[in-house]
Amino acid sequence: MDVLLILVPCSLVLGLLALAAFVWTLRAHQYDDLEGDAMRALDEHDDAPASRH
Amino acid sequence: MSATAACPGCLGGDAATATAGPPPGMPTHALLLPTIQCLDCMRQVEATLMRQPGINAARVNLSRKRVTIAADAGADPTAWITALDAAGFEAHEARDTVRSSADNGLLLRLGVAGFAMMNVMLLSVAVWSGAADATRDLFHWVAALIAIPAALFCAQPFFHSARRSILAGHLNMDVPISLAIVLACALSLYETWTGGAHAYFDAALSLTFFLLAGRVMESRMRRVARSAAADLAALEPQRVSRVENGARVSRAIDDIAVGDTIWLTAGSRIPVDGVLTSDRAELDRSALTGESDPIEVSRGAALCAGEIALTGPVTVRASVVGENSTLRRMVNLAALAEASRTRYTALADRAARLYAPLVHGLAFAAFLGWLWISGDLHKAAMIAISTLIITCPCALGLAVPAVSTVATGRLFRLGALIKSDTALERLADIDVVFFDKTGTLSENRLDVPDTLSASDLSILKTLAGASMHPLSRSLLPQLSDVPEADLSDIEEIAGQGVAARCGNRDVRLGSGAWLGARSGTALRIGDRVIALSRSERAVPEAAALVATLKKQGLPVHLLTGDRADHASRLAGDLGVNAVHADALPADKLRLVEATQASGHHVLMVGDGLNDTLALSAAWASMAPGNALEASQNAADIVLLSGRLKAITDAMRIARSAKRRILENFGMAATYNAIAIPICLMGYATPLMAALAMSSSSVLVTLNALRVR
Repeated sequence: MDVLLILVPCSLVLGLLALAAFVWTLRAHQYDDLEGDAMRALDEHDDAPASRH
Repeated sequence: MSATAACPGCLGGDAATATAGPPPGMPTHALLLPTIQCLDCMRQVEATLMRQPGINAARVNLSRKRVTIAADAGADPTAWITALDAAGFEAHEARDTVRSSADNGLLLRLGVAGFAMMNVMLLSVAVWSGAADATRDLFHWVAALIAIPAALFCAQPFFHSARRSILAGHLNMDVPISLAIVLACALSLYETWTGGAHAYFDAALSLTFFLLAGRVMESRMRRVARSAAADLAALEPQRVSRVENGARVSRAIDDIAVGDTIWLTAGSRIPVDGVLTSDRAELDRSALTGESDPIEVSRGAALCAGEIALTGPVTVRASVVGENSTLRRMVNLAALAEASRTRYTALADRAARLYAPLVHGLAFAAFLGWLWISGDLHKAAMIAISTLIITCPCALGLAVPAVSTVATGRLFRLGALIKSDTALERLADIDVVFFDKTGTLSENRLDVPDTLSASDLSILKTLAGASMHPLSRSLLPQLSDVPEADLSDIEEIAGQGVAARCGNRDVRLGSGAWLGARSGTALRIGDRVIALSRSERAVPEAAALVATLKKQGLPVHLLTGDRADHASRLAGDLGVNAVHADALPADKLRLVEATQASGHHVLMVGDGLNDTLALSAAWASMAPGNALEASQNAADIVLLSGRLKAITDAMRIARSAKRRILENFGMAATYNAIAIPICLMGYATPLMAALAMSSSSVLVTLNALRVR
C-alpha cells in the first residue's frame, strides 16, 4: 500500500491545479457573457484572444 | 458566417473587419442594444463604435444585450447612438456602466465545492469498494482534510440565509440545508476520529455542490432579467436639450434645475413638469389620462412629465424636478398599493414550512426511539443524523430554481422580462385579464384621405417612408400596394416634417402649422394642402391576442380613461368581454381590487401612469417596453419592443412551469417516502446517500427542461 503515499498526494495536487485553473478563468471574466463568447469562437476574423474590460 | 446570416437583427449585413482593440482604460459608458442577437450584430456594433472618434474600446455582451465602451469620461454618447441607429441597431444610453459580477462569489464557491466533491468521492469510492482498517482511516482523514474547510467555505450562503431566517423567527429551506451540512461534517469527523465505518463527507459536499448549482442558476437568470428590466427604464429620456445662452446643449436629465428652458422636438416625451414657453403645442396625454385625442395648449399651460409633444419644436420651462414631479409622486403611490403582492408566499417557502418541521421532528423522534430501544447513544445519534442528511432537501432545493431558470430563459428569448421572483407562480393563477386601451392595445395612426389621386398617393408614400416619425410611418401599411413616386432632394426637417421636390413642385408632409393648415398633420403638393385626419386603431396583434385569451377561457376586460365612445368602438373591433371607460386611476385600482375580492386573480396589462396603481394591485401585471418607467416599475413582467404575443406565451410558460415545480415536489416527496423508512430502520449507508442524492437532483433538473 506504499503506492498510496504517492498517488493520494498526486490526485490532490491535480485537483488543486484544476481548481487554480478554474479560479483563473473566473478572474478573467470568462463567465460574463456565455452566449456571446460561444459565438465569438466562430468568428473567422478574430484570431487574437478576446480582450476584456 | 453563413450559419448566422439569418439573424433578423442585422440582416446578415457586411461585417466590417475592424475589431475591438485592447482596452486601455476602464469602461466609461454603456449602451443598451435590445435588438442584437448574433455574431454579425456584435461585430458590426463593435466596428461601428470603433470608427467613432473618442472611443478607445468597445465590447458587446450578448447575454446582457449591451456594449461597454472605454472613452473619455465626459464624452457625449448621442453621436454614437446616432451612428448605431444608422447602422440599423437600436441603442440607448444605460444608467450604469459598472459590470455587476455579483455572482462571481457564488461561482467560486461552486467551483471549490465541485473539485472538493470529486476528490472526496475518489476516496469514498475506495472505501465503499472495500478499503479497511488503517487504509480506510487514512482515506477518511484525507477526506476530512478536504471536506471540512471546503464545506465551511462553500456553504456560507446557506449559513447566512439560515441565520437570518431564524433570527426573523421563521424557517426557510436553508435551515435544514445548513443543519444537514454541519451535522454531516460533525458526525463524519467523529466517526473518523473513532475509526468508524461510515463517513458522510462526500454527502456533505455533494449536497453543497448541487444546491449551489441551483443558487448560481437562479442568481444568473435573475441578474440578466433584472438588469435588462432596469436597462429598459433607460428608454426614458436620459438627455435633453437645454437652452443655454440661446444655444441648445445636450444635458443629462439629472442636471436640469427649476427654471431651465428645455427644447423638445415633435414626438418627444416631456421629461419634467413645466410650463409651455412656445406659442402653442399639441399634446398626447394618453400616458397620464388614457385619452386618445390630442389636446391643444397655448403658452403658459402647465405640462406634466410623461406627456408627448406632438407638434414641435417646443420649449418648456421646468417648474418641478426630481422627487416632487408628477411621475415620482405616482411611483410612490404605486409602492403603497403593492400589498397583495407581498402577501404572496413563494411555493418553495410554503414547501419549506411544511417540510422542515416534519423532517426535524422525524429525526428527533428517531433519536428518542432508538435511544429507548437500544440504549445506545451513538447508534441513536447516527440514525437521527443520517435521516437528516438523506432527507436533506437537495431535490427540493433544486425543484424551484431549476424550473424558474429554464422558464425565465425561455421568456427572455421571447421578449418578456420577469422582474419579480414569484411572478411566474402568480401568473399561472390568472383567471381574468384587464387591458389598458391607449398605448397598449391601440395606437394612433394617420388615415389616407379617399380624395387623393394615384400620383398623390405615390408621393405620400415616398414622403412617409422618408420620415422617421411614427405617425408618418403609420401611413405605410395602408399604402402597401401603391408604387413609389420619383422624388428628389428629400429632406427631413426636425420637428416639422419631410420636404422634397417632385419635378417642379414642392411636396411636403408634416405638421399642419408648417404647411398652412390649422393644426394636425397635412400633406402639401404644390399649392394644394390636404389635411390628414388621425384615428385610433387596434395594434395589429391585439385582435388575435384577445381571441387567444378568450379561447383559453379567460375573460378580457378593457379598462380605460378614454371616452366611452372611443372605448366601445375599439372593444367592438377586438371582441372583449367588458369595457370600463372614463376610469380615473383610482377607479382602475378599485375595479382590480373588487374583482380580486370576489376571488379572481387579475392580470393587468398597461403602459400609462394612470395604470400604475392598478398594475401594483393586480395579482400579476405586465407593461410593454415602451411604457413609462413608473409603469414598468409597478409591473412584474416587462414586454420588450411591444410584442403583445409574448403575453400568451408568458402565461403558457408560467402554467407549464408551475406544473413542473409541483411535479418536482412530488418527486422529492416520493424519494423521501422511500428513503425515510430505510433511514429510520438504521440501514442507511453513505453510499446510499450519495446515490439517492445525485439521482434525485439530476431527475429534478431534467424535469425542469420540460418547461415549454
